[in-house]
Amino acid sequence: MKVIDKISFDTNKLQQVAQDILNEAARLGANQAEVGIGTNKGFSVSVRGGSVETVEYHQDKAVEVTVFFGKRTGSASFSDLTPDAIRAAVEAACHIAKFTDEDPAAGLADQSELAFQYPQLDMLYPWRISVEDAIKLACQCEQEALAYDKRIMSAEDIRITTAEAFGLHANSLGFMGCFPYTRHEISCVLVAKERDEMQRDYSYTTACDPDMLESVSIIAKEAADKVVNRLGARRIPTMKTPVIYIAEEARGLLGHFAAAIQGGSLYRKASFLLDHLNKKIFPEFIFIQEFPHLPRALGSAPFDDDGVVTQANIFVEDGRLQNYSLGIYSARKLGMKTTGNAGGTHNLTIRPGDKDLKALMKKMDKGLLITEMMGQGANLVTGDYSRGVAGFWVEQGDIQYPVHEITVANKLQNMYQQILDVGNDVDTRGNIRTGSILLEEMMVAGE
Amino acid sequence: MADIFEIVRRTLLDPGGLTDQQLQNVLHHLAGRQIDYADLYFQSTYSESWVLEDSIIKGGSFDIDRGVGVRAMSGEKTGFAYADDIVMPALEQAAKAARSIAQQGQEQSVQAWHKLPGHKLYLPLNPLHSLTEQEKVSLLQRVDQYIRQKDARIVQVNISLAGEYESILVMGMDGHVAADIRPLVRFNISLIVDHNGRRESGYAGGGGRFDYQHFIADQLAFQYADEALRQALVNLDSIEAPAGPMQVVLGPGWPGVLLHEAVGHGLEGDFNRKGISAYSGYLGQRVASELCTIVDNGTLPNRRGSLNVDDEGIPTQNNILIENGILKNYMMDKRNARLMGTQSTGNGRRESYAHLPMPRMTNTYMLPGQSTPDEIISSVKKGLYAVNFGGGQVDITSGKFVFSASEAYLIENGKIGPAVKGATIIGNGPEALTKVSMVGNDLQLDTGVGVCGKDGQSVPVGVGQPTLRVDELVVGGTKS
Repeated sequence: MKVIDKISFDTNKLQQVAQDILNEAARLGANQAEVGIGTNKGFSVSVRGGSVETVEYHQDKAVEVTVFFGKRTGSASFSDLTPDAIRAAVEAACHIAKFTDEDPAAGLADQSELAFQYPQLDMLYPWRISVEDAIKLACQCEQEALAYDKRIMSAEDIRITTAEAFGLHANSLGFMGCFPYTRHEISCVLVAKERDEMQRDYSYTTACDPDMLESVSIIAKEAADKVVNRLGARRIPTMKTPVIYIAEEARGLLGHFAAAIQGGSLYRKASFLLDHLNKKIFPEFIFIQEFPHLPRALGSAPFDDDGVVTQANIFVEDGRLQNYSLGIYSARKLGMKTTGNAGGTHNLTIRPGDKDLKALMKKMDKGLLITEMMGQGANLVTGDYSRGVAGFWVEQGDIQYPVHEITVANKLQNMYQQILDVGNDVDTRGNIRTGSILLEEMMVAGE
Repeated sequence: MADIFEIVRRTLLDPGGLTDQQLQNVLHHLAGRQIDYADLYFQSTYSESWVLEDSIIKGGSFDIDRGVGVRAMSGEKTGFAYADDIVMPALEQAAKAARSIAQQGQEQSVQAWHKLPGHKLYLPLNPLHSLTEQEKVSLLQRVDQYIRQKDARIVQVNISLAGEYESILVMGMDGHVAADIRPLVRFNISLIVDHNGRRESGYAGGGGRFDYQHFIADQLAFQYADEALRQALVNLDSIEAPAGPMQVVLGPGWPGVLLHEAVGHGLEGDFNRKGISAYSGYLGQRVASELCTIVDNGTLPNRRGSLNVDDEGIPTQNNILIENGILKNYMMDKRNARLMGTQSTGNGRRESYAHLPMPRMTNTYMLPGQSTPDEIISSVKKGLYAVNFGGGQVDITSGKFVFSASEAYLIENGKIGPAVKGATIIGNGPEALTKVSMVGNDLQLDTGVGVCGKDGQSVPVGVGQPTLRVDELVVGGTKS
């Protein structure tokens, strides 16, 4: 089978398609237009019981066009790039704009805000692996995981995915930005059984450079450790207790923050952080910043969804909210300036402290270590927070036993004020980067 | 009415000039010696949405997605590829990739086509054409004006109208050909009220496999608006929710998301083939109180979760999952049924041509019992009455499930008390259903808003139930 050995998209062709779309919009009378194109090509393999279970070849493209007739907007999306299909889609977008209302906030960014000069991010690292070799690697992962402990009864899913993607944004003010990147992932989901109890857990590694992936041996061991350690889980009594969110789950706490300071939530009055600019919402030591141009980081982006240059915004300094996260549209709705955050923040990072997880547990002494969250349960309008969790009960800084079938609840406003420490065990796999977070007190519902 | 097969052929095959002979050839090449089954799935979806915000029609979008997925199976192995152009070269390339799952060998013969008829649960109409654009935006504007004049505390209203016209054609190596035209519409309203600085939100909506007239007839869109406002106002007065295990009464309709999470996912064939569901190995055994009979029924007319045929071309069924507390059936797609030596139950579904089918739910609900809702509530000395929910989630292996109440009340001495804030409720599937101690006579299905996610694939589903009393669930409030 063939190796993906060359860049599998044609930049020139897609740029031409984008230009054709913009020309067609102009021909139909739109005074402004923008186009986004995304493509994705690659494969994923999964194995089970020592042999391949699925091989899936992915090949996606998606185009979205937005046209502006004065302050009226219409959009269309499609995947067929033949001239007839392009004409039909642009016409559909223009047709819709006849029926929408004048929206004072609508329209492209100002010329001066667009990223005509944008950084070339270092994010294109194709993985030169054949399907057969990916299958072998996944089988090795499964074999090592199963051999780790006899209580591991099976692998639910061992999967290797590799993809080359390409993002393009262009508009009628002459902006044309392209952004190629790769993404690879190895994941391992295991099931362990002891007497009548079954537990499931997983581990994964993801990166744009295959050399940055963890080895399958490490992933297998991590997943095996996690799933075996969950056996014997029980409930704990209903009580107030300090908690630690392990780094992977602490990202969710920061995710709620990112959503609450996003322009769309603010102008809709749907955020508990509305009117909190310059207010102290975290303890003094908390510093939160985004890093949109980190090399080889999956959250990086040279420009945002409006074609505006991304920048290293500081959102929280000395615990105070310094900036909202705005795109052109929400900035205009709020009477503010864009922060280059149309589409969200990039590599949002909370400054780590100096303790590792073990030291954080010592600091907590007695409480709940949360390693898994279930359900949605966060109301961004009010800040009310209640979610299902699993984890471990900690006493004298040491893990005592696994716990599950419990919830934790509080208000996000209080939780942010009650952060006691941020660990140095930063999880860098996603678009939000944080270490484990120790919180003063949560209401736990259990027995 | 024109034959569904003919309409679908015109939509899917004619534009690329694909002939029966060409498709036979593709399947013939796919059907290598070690291939147990292979199929082609053609799909086109035309969809639109209109959005009102801040009392203006802020935007609208139109989406076209067309493509073909090719799948080949050999024992436990599946090869899959797809193309977003329905033309021969792309189809041949996808077939070649999918086939590489098995070693080359002699080709098998492919059966001659025979059409497999499906149900006629909904009309093969294009809902996008059921109102003019002017009528669509006017509906949104009228609902916005209507609800804003009802209460001065409303500070934000967001309304959307969305419709979809989907055509599918499935061609199997066994010669089966099935087609379906699936209309789907949806109306949503969310609003925020502000009273002396306290803000709360409310949400309502509905839809199904019919056209937009549905929202205009009986003023349904306006009823959704009233419902969203009612919920927001209830939440304005809500107090802290309790924390800990307690008796919970679940209202009828959408709270059936409990069954979807606590039971439904755990009974999907793939998890049970692998033996990793909390329900694995329990066929024929008691997994719920004898008051519980739970079905997954894809054959209800016009429901959001219904299908004339599933995405493998099998007519959907009314499958009894649990009967009087005894586990009767798992939900199967073709692949898992073949590997487990049983038959598909018409539950093979996929998000699109670019995704592999797997066993999925359709409309999952509990049949009604004997008790009146009043009897159930008045039987509870101290507990929670939960009538509206957000989403849920389940760990099918441990059986733990959660779902978040968005409207709930305390029950004190058999009477409904004050409203409490939203809280997550957590339980253990196989255990929770054994604690169902009263079942109401008021079965309701949800209004048609369910979206189920599994392995990154979303499909529309329905849920429902009568009022239920569960003797213990853990309520995740903040008040001890």
